Formats: sequence, structure tokens, C-alpha cells
Amino acid sequence: MRPRTTLAALMSGIALAGLAASMPAGGAHAQEGTPGGTMRLLAKAASGTIDPHINYTLQYFQINYMLYDGLVTFRKAGDETGFDVVADLAEELPEPQNDGKTYVFKLREGIRFSDGTDLTPEDVLASFQRIFKVSGPTSGTFYNGIVGADACLESPADCTLDGGVVIDDAANTVTINLTAPDGEFLQKIAIPHAAILPAETPAEDAGTTPVPGTGPYMIESYNPNEQLRMVRNPHFAEWSADAQPAGYPDQIDYDFGLTEEAAVTAIQNGQADWMFDPPPPDRLAEIGSRYASQVSVHPLTAMWYAPMNTNLAPFDDVRVRQAVNYAIDRSAIVKLFGGAALAQPACQILPPGFPSYVPYCPYTAGGTDTWSAPDMEKARALVAESGTAGQEVTIVAEDNTVSRAIGVYLQGVLNELGYKTSVQPISQNIQFTYIQNTNNKVQISISQWFQDYPSPSNFLQVLFGCDSFTPGSDASVNIAGFCDEAIDAKMDEAAALTLTDPEKSAQMWTEVDHAVTDAAPAAVLFTPKRVDFVSKRVQNFTFSPQFYWIMSQSWLQ
Amino acid sequence: MTDTTPPLPEKARAAEGPWATAWRRLKRDRAALAALAVLLVILAACLAAPLYATYVSGTNPFATNLNGTITVDGKSRDVLEASTEGLGLGLTPIGPTWQLGPYMLGADNQGRDVAARLLYGGRNSLFIAGAAAVLCLVVATFVGVVAGFFGGLVDTVLSRILDVLWAFPIFLLAISLSIVLISQPLLIGPFEIRSGSLALPIVIIGVVYIPYVARPIRNHVITLMKSEFVTAAVGLGASPWRILWVDILPNVVTRIIVFVPLMLALNMIIESALSFLSIGVQPPDASWGTIIQDGQGLLYSRPAVALAPGIAIAVTVLALNIFGDGVRDALDPKSTVRIG
Repeated sequence: MRPRTTLAALMSGIALAGLAASMPAGGAHAQEGTPGGTMRLLAKAASGTIDPHINYTLQYFQINYMLYDGLVTFRKAGDETGFDVVADLAEELPEPQNDGKTYVFKLREGIRFSDGTDLTPEDVLASFQRIFKVSGPTSGTFYNGIVGADACLESPADCTLDGGVVIDDAANTVTINLTAPDGEFLQKIAIPHAAILPAETPAEDAGTTPVPGTGPYMIESYNPNEQLRMVRNPHFAEWSADAQPAGYPDQIDYDFGLTEEAAVTAIQNGQADWMFDPPPPDRLAEIGSRYASQVSVHPLTAMWYAPMNTNLAPFDDVRVRQAVNYAIDRSAIVKLFGGAALAQPACQILPPGFPSYVPYCPYTAGGTDTWSAPDMEKARALVAESGTAGQEVTIVAEDNTVSRAIGVYLQGVLNELGYKTSVQPISQNIQFTYIQNTNNKVQISISQWFQDYPSPSNFLQVLFGCDSFTPGSDASVNIAGFCDEAIDAKMDEAAALTLTDPEKSAQMWTEVDHAVTDAAPAAVLFTPKRVDFVSKRVQNFTFSPQFYWIMSQSWLQ
Repeated sequence: MTDTTPPLPEKARAAEGPWATAWRRLKRDRAALAALAVLLVILAACLAAPLYATYVSGTNPFATNLNGTITVDGKSRDVLEASTEGLGLGLTPIGPTWQLGPYMLGADNQGRDVAARLLYGGRNSLFIAGAAAVLCLVVATFVGVVAGFFGGLVDTVLSRILDVLWAFPIFLLAISLSIVLISQPLLIGPFEIRSGSLALPIVIIGVVYIPYVARPIRNHVITLMKSEFVTAAVGLGASPWRILWVDILPNVVTRIIVFVPLMLALNMIIESALSFLSIGVQPPDASWGTIIQDGQGLLYSRPAVALAPGIAIAVTVLALNIFGDGVRDALDPKSTVRIG
């Protein structure tokens, strides 16, 4: 997932009767904070459609988690348990049956959508069908293992998922059958792309039209050029504090259009409560010193990396790719991102703290497990061995300060290695799709990857698996075009073992991580940290590794 | 008896040619001369960029210097200084030292000397503006003269083409071309234009502004065609080519010269805007537009990075406009030529 991309195309009033039920009641919530008030969030720009089945941006994933529910979700917690999958609309987490190919979910009783209609198994079936009917961005990758998905992918409009999603109204259950065991299936249906919507929801991109959900808030209005307004869902009653706790603010306004500079000033002045975009680098020192109590810094399970096209010279030679990895001074690149407080040098695919992560860095001077310094001598030797010096290389970066700066830095490194290098910054609206398409013959680029769900496959298989490489397509997220059959087979094996032997699976993913790092289809640069700057009145800032700031759990002073 | 002989100076003036008259008028225009002096100083400074980088700043303005240190007032300082207060967030490039030496105007976010980049950037900005002006004036003169001289169908066709060009959104064209050309260079005869090539902004600016020059020239040629001396030449049986060469072109040249500084000024601004959009001058090279872009993220902490090229553009454009007005007044006092 990307922070804000263009992968996707682009009720007013609160019923007083439902208000009491939708506010936090009892327990720790009531002791710690008081519900009420309007929270004002800022972003430089909107993120396109608000259709939860289509939007694939961090910006709207973050709010969709409090607008919609799936059968399961990730725990709303501010520690590592935030990666755990918990039952949401389902009463409990199902045990896989039929050798891991069948999951039976019993729906909770009494849950209503924000339009007042009751949640039924028909809604679940229609929602899963809709994922394919609207050609959701992950329909072919996350949900293609459901029985009947092949037909749905071939002819989305006629999608029935016959035999794949089976409902029993009398028993209030939904049975999902898979074509093969998938140890990550529950994680895949815990993201907003598998949100359960009313069965009547049109099977087309909702665009700017709010879609009813079951969460504590609902969208009252959305104008991508101005504002997204969320108000309390009058039909919400908390059923699980782990899955979907009631929210504190009565209303959440998400305003678009202010620059990052202006947003920082607005938060300093108490005119806004939080900004989605990272604070601009030249304001960091100021907010880190004068407003330190309002700043939170958290490492992300993400990476900035430079994919190298393994099918194009000179990067079709593994020695060249390894040379680039040896030559990069990651501490210098960290400085371009804002310094050591905001990023950590990295040289393996899986980020620290991620499942199966074991420190590994073959591309460092000193032979340690973590990166310490570049090794230019080794890099030059590898380039000389490859006989590719003198070739032309173009780096495609995004047209923003950090990406362009990294591109210029890499240009210097590649020039030093003997290549004739140029940097081509292009608009960040199109760069991500541009670098994926093999027709554009991109040799090396600057990109980022943020996890969708906490599984090694979400980095290794998605970014470097053979199935993720589709020549000539704008949606070929394996940007390096890397396809090693032995490593791919090991990925499949590791994925298959997730259910039956999780320990062995985790160990295999570690081996895959190290093998892909050795093959160097990309130069991993650093693991970013997120800086959240909130207003003085925001209390109980809770940061989940999955959702980032859980905004509904903060109250306003 | 009355002596009707004019005073000697007037006699001398009557004998001088049009160029001498223009030069005499220009010499009297102190503002124009001052502007010319400013332009020459800027040009000389930009041409001396390599000398400045080597002997004054002592840094490579195209290489990142993220781990560098310099000595200021006897103290060693990092080029990128980490915050030591509070949470210790952020790195700030060193500010202007205001001393003739390294980092006189401070560093950008890559630790590069802003002053040295400013001088190198000026070379690119002036080159693009100049080359685009030459391209525009040559083509526009040809089109304007042909349309005005031949009239009829030729004029109609050329004028409609100019209308289309006039309506073309320059930035949209530039952005589209820069993306398309990344993977597929544009071939114009023997010339190949790549996405990151300087030829791209030159061609875009040069072509899009052809109507701004061609139209006034066409109108001027039409007026000249109706003048008495052309009618007389026709009456004397002069061939069309002779009329064009002897009677029309010399009268158009002065107007073209008037356009030069004005076009340069306009092109400077457009070039900066295009470079700001990453079209044209590519990293690590610099133009004043790219330096403003680099400084955009440092406006709060290091405003000099963006202000310095901004001031350079403003001063250069102002000087070009003042000098252009002076040239116009000297060569063609009746003209009301304005661009943009």
C-alpha cells in the first residue's frame, strides 16, 4: 500500500435516540475522557473515491477502519497486539476447517448499518461479490483464492461466488470456501477492502457518495476539494472494544487543501488537531523542541527502496545490483529524510519488528548484521567484474523533495561506480504506476512500500513474487520484475505452512527474506518513522502498528 | 538676409544613420544603461561560476555533501545540522555565512553551496531564455513577414495556425511532453529531444510564443506594404523580392531587436516556472527555477535558498524590461510593443 496514490479512481444529522448508544460508556473510557466536540483533521489533498472496496490509500484506510467493519479486523490497540486479528461482525474467530479451506463465520445479532437496516448474511455475500464487481484493487491478489473467484475475475458483472461464499439465514452464518489453504486469509479479510456493506450498495465506484457502514461514525458529506465530514452513526452500539470501540469526538472534519506548512501552523494555533501529511522537514526542529509534548514518533512497518529492473541492463546482472547495495551510504539517505530520529538505515526486505524479521545485512562494511557503513571498494570491484561501467542509467524518482533528493544522491553513487546517470523526477501522481509498467523501460526507481497486513508475504511475495510481475501492465507491483523460481517455490511453501506449522513457516519466510536480499532486486534504503503532530487539546493519542493513530480513541480537552 | 543654415550639430545629426541615431538616444537613457550594466554584471558572474566554485566556495555544487563540515568563525560546523533540542527532530542546512568563501548563501537540503549553484543556475536560465528567444524570433519573423507580405490565403492559413498556438496551454504541453518523452525521444529531423534535455524547454517556450511576436510583425508588414515608399517602389517596377529585401525587412529589423530583451525577460520567467515543475534542467544541474524548487521545503528555516534565485530572476527580468524599453524608445519611438 502507498501513503496516497491514485490506484483508485476518484446523512446529515444525528438521531438523538441513537446518540447515547454510540458514545463510549462505562469502563476505562468514561474514566479517562469525555465524549464530544468536533475534531479537525487536515490533509494537503483528498485521496479519491471513498468507496471502501476500491480506495487503496493509507489516508482513507485509516478512517475506513472506524466507518466500516469486516467479519474480522485487527485489534484496536496501541501495542504489538494491534497486529492480532480479532472477531468483528463475526461472533468469534473461526477455526479453519476442511484442511484450512473452509471458514464458517457466525454473525453477531443486532448490528445495524448507519442507514438503519439490519446486518444479514445477504449483506456479507453481496459485499464479497461486490469486491469483484467493482474490480477492487486487491480482488485478484487477496481474494482470488475464494471458490468462484476465477469466474468473478473473468466476468466481474456476473460475479456470484457460487460455492465460495455460502450463507445460511436461519443459522445467521456465512461459510467461505477457498480453493487452497491460505494461512493469511483472515488478515486479508480484515482490511477495509473486505468491509461488509448493505446488499443494496450499487456495484459501481461510489466516488463521492457515502456508503453506509456499521462503524461508530458515518460520512455525512464528502467534497474532495474541500472536506470530508464524519458524524456519529446513530445506529451504532459497541459490541467489542477490541474490534470496534465507540468513538469520543461527536464529529470529525477532514479538511483538504492546506499545505503542510500551513497545517503545522494551524495545529500550533489550535485551529486544527492533526495533519495526515508528514510535517515539512524545515518545521521538524521547531515542533520537536517547542511542541515536543504534542509530537509522537513511531517506527513504521514500511520501507523506502530502490527497485532495480532485473530484466534490463545493467541491473540484469546480480553483481551490479549488489554493487549498488554495497555503495549506498544509508546514513546519508536517512539525513535526506530528516535524520536519525525519523528513519533507520535498512538493507533487508522485511522491516524491523515485523513477523519473521531477523537482522541481516550482507551489504555493509564490517560484516555485521545491521548496516553500519558503505563498502565502495567492494562495490567497484563488482562493477568491474560485471564489465558494465560506462552504461547509461536513468533513475526515475517522484517529484517531491525527499524522493528527488534521494534520486540525486543515487545519481552521485552510480556515477562514482562508473555509470552515466541521469535523474528523471516525474509527478508523484503517476510515478508509481509508471515505474511498474515494463513498456516504460525503467531501470531503477525510488519507491516506498507500507504493509497492508502484518505478514512477510505482504512484502516478499507481493513485491518480489513471480505472480506479482505482469509485463506491460501498470499494476505490476513487482517493479524489479524479479522472478526466481526457487525462491518463489519457497514462498509458496512458507505460505502453505502458515496454518499447519506456523513456526516452520516463519523460519522459511526469514530464509526467503535473506535470499531475496542476497539476490538484490532492490536496494532497501531505510525504515521510515511516522511523526504525528497533534493539537494541545487532543488527549489519549494511541498509535496502532496497523491503523497508525486510532483517531476515534482520542478525546478533545 | 536671413541665414537659413541649420546649426552644425543638427547638420551632423542629419548625416547620421538610423543606427547611430538609436545609439545616441540609448546613450541618453540612463535607466536603460544602468539596466544594461546590471545585465552585464549578472552575465559575467554567471560565466564565472566555475571560477567561483573552484577558488571561492571550494565545493562541488553538483555533489551531495550530507556528511560535510566547514569552519565558521573558528568553529567546526556540520553542513547539515541536527537539532539538539527537545526530541531532536530534523536537520537544518547551514545558513548563509555572509563571508566570501564556502556557503556564503548557505547550503540546500543536499548540503550543496547555494551561491555556487546560483551562478551555475543562472547560466542555464540565461541560455534557455536566450536560445528560446532566438528560435522564437527567427520563426516568428519568417511567419510574420510571409503572412503580411503575401496576404490572402497564405495569411489566412498562417494566422489560423498562430491562433491555435496562441491558445495552447504552455504548462500542460510541457508537462505532457516531459512525461511522454521519458521513454520515447522526440525526433525533429536530425534533432532528438529527450525528456530531460535542455532542448525541451527551449523548443516549448520558443514555439509557444511565436504568435506573440509573429502577429505584431505581420501587422507591421501590412502597414509597410501600404506605405508610400513601397507604393513608389511598386510603381517603379521593383520586383516583390527587392521590395521585401530593401523596403520591408530593414524596417522590420528594428522591431525584432526591440523584441529581444522583452522576449528574454518573458522566457526567463517561463523557464523558471518550467524548471520548478522539473521540466528542462534536470538534477543535479541547476537553474534558478530548480533552486527555488529546492528551497521550497526550506522556506521556514532557510529562506535564502529560495529567495536568492527569486531575487536573481526579479532583478534580471526587471533589468531586461528596462533595457528593452530603452531599446524600443531608441529604435522605434512610435512602437507600443509589449509582450505577455
